[in-house]
Amino acid sequence: MAMAAAEIERMIKEALPDARVEIKDLAGDGDHYAATVVSEAFRGKSRVQQHQLVYAALKGNMGGVLHALALTTSAPT
Amino acid sequence: MTTPAHAKIDAEVKSGDVVLFMKGTPQFPMCGFSGQVVQILDYLGVPFKGVNVLDNDEIRQGIKDYSNWPTIPQLYVKGEFIGGCDITREMFQSGELVELMKTNGVAVRETAS
Repeated sequence: MAMAAAEIERMIKEALPDARVEIKDLAGDGDHYAATVVSEAFRGKSRVQQHQLVYAALKGNMGGVLHALALTTSAPT
Repeated sequence: MTTPAHAKIDAEVKSGDVVLFMKGTPQFPMCGFSGQVVQILDYLGVPFKGVNVLDNDEIRQGIKDYSNWPTIPQLYVKGEFIGGCDITREMFQSGELVELMKTNGVAVRETAS
């Protein structure tokens, strides 16, 4: 099972409208992605809290349909 | 809410200074992400306990609820959830992980480089 990069981006932006999202398909198999997400919502939050915001945006797909998403998050500088 | 799984996980989390919930064992990680965290901890010479979630379905599902974190591996230091593979790697690269270990009184091997 896999998820399209565009769908991942859409879900993240739905929850974090200001987010700048960059997604790379690491293995070209539609199953191993790396995502960089920059959003004002991350400011002042710990890394765990930042990642949890993204996981929440993905509504249960993370760890299930989406097995491998390497995540880098930060607030805009 | 306390469930039997929750109590079991709580006991595991508190069973050592550094506890890693992972797929496979430290000797034989069964997933690349778990393997990466093992490598980092080994590199730092940090003694840790690996809990193989593949051995126990109750813990495999329960740990995700316990931490509110959907993926494995999960690293705990002194009972506190630190993060998964990406966060551990980022903290390792920035030197924060060494600081975190030292702050928590966990012995770290000092490397020359």
